[in-house]
Parts: sequence; C-alpha cells; structure tokens
Amino acid sequence: MSLTLLNVIFAVVVAIAFAALNAAYLVWAERRGAGRIQRRPGPNINGPFGLFQPPLDGLKLMAKQLTIPGGADKILFVAAPVLSMFPAIMSFVTIPFSEMIVAHNMNVGLLMIFAFASSGSMALLFAGWSSRNKYAMMSAVRSVSQAVAYEIPMLITAITIVLMTGTMDLMEIVRQQGPSILHWNIFPLLTNSHNLLMPFSFLIFFTCTLAETNRAPFDLGEAESELVAGFHIEYGSMGFGLFFMAEYANIVIGSCLTTILFLGGWHPPLPFLGFIPGVVWFLLKIYILIATFIWIRWTFPRTTIYGLLNLSWKILIPISLFNLLLTAGLLKVF
Amino acid sequence: MSKPIELRPDETFVVNVGPQHPATHGVLRVKMRMDGEYIVEAETVIGYIHRMHEKMGELKTYPQFLMNLSRMDYLGAMGYCHGHVLCVEKAAGIEVPERAEYIRVIMVELNRIASHLFWFGAFVMDLGGFSPLMYALQDREYILDMMESVTGSRLTYCYFRFGGLYNDIDDEFIAAARRFIPRMRKSMAKYEKLVTGNVIFRKRLEGNAFLSKEVCRKYGASSAVARGSGINFDVRKNEPYSVYPEFNFDIPVFHECDSLARYNVRMAEIEQSLRIVEQALDKLPDGPIMPAKAPKIIKPNAGDYYQAVETARGSFGVRLVSDGGKTPYRLKLRSPTYSNMHLFDETCTGMMIMDALAFMGSLDLVIPEIDR
Amino acid sequence: MGAYFSEIFQGLWSLFVGLGITFKEFFKPVVTMPYPYETIEMPARYRGHVELIEDEEGKPKCIVCMACQRACPSDCITLDGEKPEGSKKKVLTSYQLDFTRCSLCGSCVEACNFDALTFSKEYNLASTRKEDFYFDLLKRLEDRNS
Repeated sequence: MSLTLLNVIFAVVVAIAFAALNAAYLVWAERRGAGRIQRRPGPNINGPFGLFQPPLDGLKLMAKQLTIPGGADKILFVAAPVLSMFPAIMSFVTIPFSEMIVAHNMNVGLLMIFAFASSGSMALLFAGWSSRNKYAMMSAVRSVSQAVAYEIPMLITAITIVLMTGTMDLMEIVRQQGPSILHWNIFPLLTNSHNLLMPFSFLIFFTCTLAETNRAPFDLGEAESELVAGFHIEYGSMGFGLFFMAEYANIVIGSCLTTILFLGGWHPPLPFLGFIPGVVWFLLKIYILIATFIWIRWTFPRTTIYGLLNLSWKILIPISLFNLLLTAGLLKVF
Repeated sequence: MSKPIELRPDETFVVNVGPQHPATHGVLRVKMRMDGEYIVEAETVIGYIHRMHEKMGELKTYPQFLMNLSRMDYLGAMGYCHGHVLCVEKAAGIEVPERAEYIRVIMVELNRIASHLFWFGAFVMDLGGFSPLMYALQDREYILDMMESVTGSRLTYCYFRFGGLYNDIDDEFIAAARRFIPRMRKSMAKYEKLVTGNVIFRKRLEGNAFLSKEVCRKYGASSAVARGSGINFDVRKNEPYSVYPEFNFDIPVFHECDSLARYNVRMAEIEQSLRIVEQALDKLPDGPIMPAKAPKIIKPNAGDYYQAVETARGSFGVRLVSDGGKTPYRLKLRSPTYSNMHLFDETCTGMMIMDALAFMGSLDLVIPEIDR
Repeated sequence: MGAYFSEIFQGLWSLFVGLGITFKEFFKPVVTMPYPYETIEMPARYRGHVELIEDEEGKPKCIVCMACQRACPSDCITLDGEKPEGSKKKVLTSYQLDFTRCSLCGSCVEACNFDALTFSKEYNLASTRKEDFYFDLLKRLEDRNS
C-alpha cells in the first residue's frame, strides 16, 4: 500500500515535470513551426535556435503581479488555473509510455482519463464565470457546450475500441496491437474485427481531441478575434501561464491517448524494428501528432459555434454510432 | 445564422466592442446589446480618430493640403490623392500630360492590389486563420518596395501633383511591375486553394449577412459591398475619369449578397487590376510628367466642382467649392467606408457575434477613413 | 444521402489541400529580415527628414528665401538669417526642424529653388524624449563636416 502511494507521488512529480517541460518546449515548437509556415524565423535570438526563450518567458510571467479584477469571485478566480492543470497531470499517472514505464496501471485507465478530461471544462467555466467579464462569460458558456458536444463522439469511438479489445486497461489495449502496423487499431486488418471504417474513427477521435483541447480550428473559447482572449482574458502572470501550460499538457494527453488507442502505443510499425526501445516509438508517435496539431492550427480559420455543434451532432455522432454498430456486428461474425 | 429576437431588456447585456478590440481594426466602437451570443441591437460609435481633414482643407492652400489625403486611408492612399488632384485640376483647368495619367493609373491599381491583399489577410485573420495574412503581406511588401523606390515612402505617399507627378518612374520600376504580375497570379492560385476552397471558410461566409440591393442603395454603399449584392456600379466604368476608358477590364459582380460574394468580388478585382496594370505598362507613352507651364500658385476659378473616383474601398468623392482664393471655400470629402459601415447597425441585428464580426471584416473598414 | 457524404468528402479534401500548401511553405526559405541585426539600404528616393546641402566651401547653400517655411503645411520649419557686413546675400544662422509635426511630405524640398535642401536617409529615429526631435539642421551640417 505505502509503496503504491509512494509510487503515485513519485509519478505525479515526474508527471508535473514532464508536463511543464513539454508545455514550455511545445510553445517554443509552436512558435518556431508557425514561423516556418509563415516564412519567418520565429524566436531565434535567446540561445541556440531560441531554445532559452521558454524559460525566460516563464521567468517573466512569474515576475509579474497576479491582478484580480474588482468584483471577481476571488476563490474561484485563483482556483481556476490550478484546476485546469490538475486533470492533465492526473491523467499522466496512468499513461503507459512503454511496457515498463507506467506510474500506476489501472484496469479502468481509459475511464479514468475520460473522467479527468471532462473536469477540465469545469476549470474554464470557473475562470469565465469568476472573472466578471462579459467576454470571459461568453467564452465559458461556449467551452462547456463544446465539451459536452465533443465528448459524446469521442466516448463512442473509445467504446468501439473497448469492444474490439475487450478491456479498458490501457496497457492491455496496447499489447493487443502488436506486433506490426496491420494490428494497430487504425488499420485493424489482422485483428479480430477487420473493420475498414477504423481510419474514419481515427479521424473522428482526432477531431474530437482538437475540440476537447480547445485547439484551432475549434478554439472558440479563446477566439482572440471575437472574444479577445476568452476565459483567460483577465488573467496575467502565472495564472495565464498555468492556462497556457494546461492547454499544452492537454494536447500531450490527447496525443498519448490517440497513440494508445489507435496507433499501437509503444509498438514499432514493423516487427524487425523492435530493437529500438518502445518509449522512443511512443514519444515519436505523440510528437508527430502534436506537430499535426500545430500544423492544423496555422492552416485553418476558426469554425463558428453552431458550425462546430452541427459537425458534432450531424456528422461525427451518426458516423461514430454507425461504426460502433458495425464493429459489434463484425466482431460477432468473425 | 439568425433568429427572431424577442426583446427582453432584463435578460440582455451590453458589450462594448472597441474602441480597442482586435476585430475592429482601429478605433471603431460598436455598442452591442446582446441576448446571449445573439445581437439584439448594435450601434456603431465613430469619431475616436477624427482629425478634421475637411477643415484643414479649408485652412491650407491646395498644395499644402495634398499630403493630408494619403493620411485618410493609409492602405489605399493613392486612390484618394487621385480624386483630390483630379478635382483641383478640373477646377483650375490644368492639363495633365498623358504619361502622368498612365503612371497615376498604374500606381492606383497597384495600390488597390496592395490594399485588397491586406484586407484579405486581415479578413482571414478575423476568421481565425493566421498564415494567409503573412502570405498576403509578402506579396504586398513587393508592391510597397516598388512604390518606395519611386515615391519615397511606403504608405502615406505624396506622389501626385496638380498637373502631374512628383517624379517619373524608371525602367527598374517597370521591370519590377512586370515581374510582379505573374508572381501575383501564382499567389492568387495559392489563396484560392488555401482559403477560398477551404470548407470552414466557406461554411462561415455562405449566407452570412444578407445585404439586399435596397439596403445597399439606402445607405449609399459602394465598392465590393454593393457589387457583392448584384449592383453593377463602379466609378471607373459608370463615370469614366482619367485614362480608364482606354483599358479593357471587367467589373466583377456577384449576386449572392453574402459575405462570400463580397470576398469573391475583391479577389476578382485583384485580377482585373493586374490586367489594367499590364495594359498600362504596354501602352505607357513617352513624354513629360508635368505640364510645361504648371501654375505655381493654384487658384481655381470660383465655382462648385465634384469628382468621384473608385478607390479600393469604393466611390470616393471630392466636392470643392472655390471662391477663387488660394484656399477652398469648402472641401467635402465623401468617404466610401462611412457609408459602407452604417449598414452594419441594421444588418447585424439577430446575428451571432462571430458572424457579425465576420460581416464587419467583409466590409473592409479603415477607421481613419471614416472619421477623416 | 449522397449529397451528405459528398459534402463531407469535399470538405475533408479541401482541408487536406490547405494542409498541403502550408506543408510546402514550411520548407521554403525565410523571407523576413532580422531588423536590428541586419539593415537594408534605403532606396535613392527615400524621403526621410530634410537635410541642408552644402556648397564647395562646406557652407549651406541656403539663401534664407523662406520658401520652405511658407510651403510647409505644418509650420515645422523655422529659419533665420542675417546679412553680414559687406555682403549682398543673407547667410543662414539657424535652421530648426520640428520633426514631431513633420509629415514628410517633401513640400519644402520642392519649394526650394536653390537646391539647398534634400531628404536624409535616416529612419532609425526613435526616442522617449520629445526634445530629441527638434533638429538643428545647421548643427547637423557642421557635425557632418567635422
């Protein structure tokens, strides 16, 4: 018991460090990537390739005063940024980075991640509500309706995977996807279901991840050209910093989950590449997904709130439901 | 997306969009009474950057006022200067050499392209896409470099003179302009694929902010706002001025009346401007750029003069009442954006805030030009 | 039903086309200039603030005819001159340019009939103090010569 507790505490510390490091350097990667896409260099002055930029930015944010607007709900206002970071950190605990590297594997790991993920929108609601700002309020309401709409297709797609693998244990889900690319859930040709619609399921899941993490083209909560900065409009200092970090931590979690559910976790694409450690494959896959997140953000305009809800209720949910039924049927046949 | 509004004053709230807001591109303030995300009523408040250009026009001599025109609209300055010099030339009876008039047209059209490019980028940025702005600025930068090498400044040109031009264009400029035309056409194909064809972009603009012909006429809208609503009006064709009748170009008109139509009109106008520049470069006559005996002191004959030109933002008019003195008795500047903007109050009722701000982007507002 | 799916596929395709374009742009060279580290030469006709032109002896060509002061729309030029004894021409004693009000229209240079004014190529003009923008052009000329 005490060993498990220690294990979890150690894991949380490592998770915070991992999340913070990732958040800092993903900001750098995003800025550099955006720069290259727009044919400018991006941050390149501080340190080699501008690599000292994130710690310096962090230092600057920490040196600033946290202002609380008059009339704001102080407790919620201060709690919201912490709360936004919390689900992302907790989710790291159960993510298996390889066969060996996992803090605490649970037989309901998938459920736990979804449970924590849905509490993330609560932080946005608190932030928007407590700021006493009309833009923030509108943004909070948007974020919640968006989160509700996108959790449904995401969960249905996850259930499809659970049906195929018969478990909610993330490690077990990954183990069943070995040894080659044809066993991955995105192209399940050699597994038990042979469902050819899985690539579309993957697209749906990926779209929902974009929407869940409030990333462009679904960044309606932030919508800087309409709601200025959305729910974190009144936040300065590290309050803003935490929201910023939470966004990137959520992206990492989303990519981890997509990798585990669809891209075969730590398995190499071909069996003879197995000499490279699993964790390398896992990190490679999540960083490719994160690069895609960044790439998408700097390519597309933002959707509207009703366009987003239409997409969810009229396209994603029917297709994912159909896919669920098809998978169930195929599993019965084969 | 709009819905019928039942006004419940107790459940609405007021949002001040601006004077400092990323979507208003300047110091325009819009007071919006909102019901949730829907706009119940909106009121545009202008005057935050009023600089009394018309009064300055009355107090200063004609050459001294010349540089004020380019401060009206910093994105399409050439067109405004063109209107002013044409009006004063008409009043004072100054003959302009043909070469000067051709160069003016080249400059105005290049400036129109630059202005439309910036609008294109800023409009997509209003909709949340960042990269097209940077691509558009790259092309615009090319134009600005060309202009700078001739006029000496990048935005607020003071290039046109009564009777001609400040200085002549050189071979370098002509070569650069010729290189620019195919480059711009290539970029247009890129924008077509990256933005115009994009499903998110189209979904947001199709059917957004229906502007009927009647509304456009009622408010005196011009430029792409009117032409996107099926009104075939362009000063260059309807009241030809300068050497425009000698060029072969079309006026793009779209009949959908929505924001996408307004977008399409402007994008098609870039191609038409390229055609005009191409023809003007081919036909460019030799000769002086200033008349042989240009008057040193401009004293127009007493009378009432009006000259309209088509600028990047629409029909710009200069009305000059002269009493024969060194300064005008009255100088009225009819700015197109002023008319285009006032559509907003009426049309955005019942729209959602994001649609309303997309609509505002499609109007191509330049705030200093409204307030002058 | 067919329309429903074709719309989805066309939409999806347009998104991939857009991604393809930004992907290509990613590998193209950077076009911006890191400004304070590199600077560009201003074109020959660049219009900065005005500057006095000197004659062969290093004295300003200006004959204090006041044409530039009259032409200026913003009253930012103040100049003064005096007739030294035994000379017919006036000599410039002070030429003040109030750059806070100048709008770089170039009217003064055009008004000058004696080729005594020109545009400088200076554009790195930034300061937190207003006084830094009251230029004494005569002093600038002397500094240039010394």
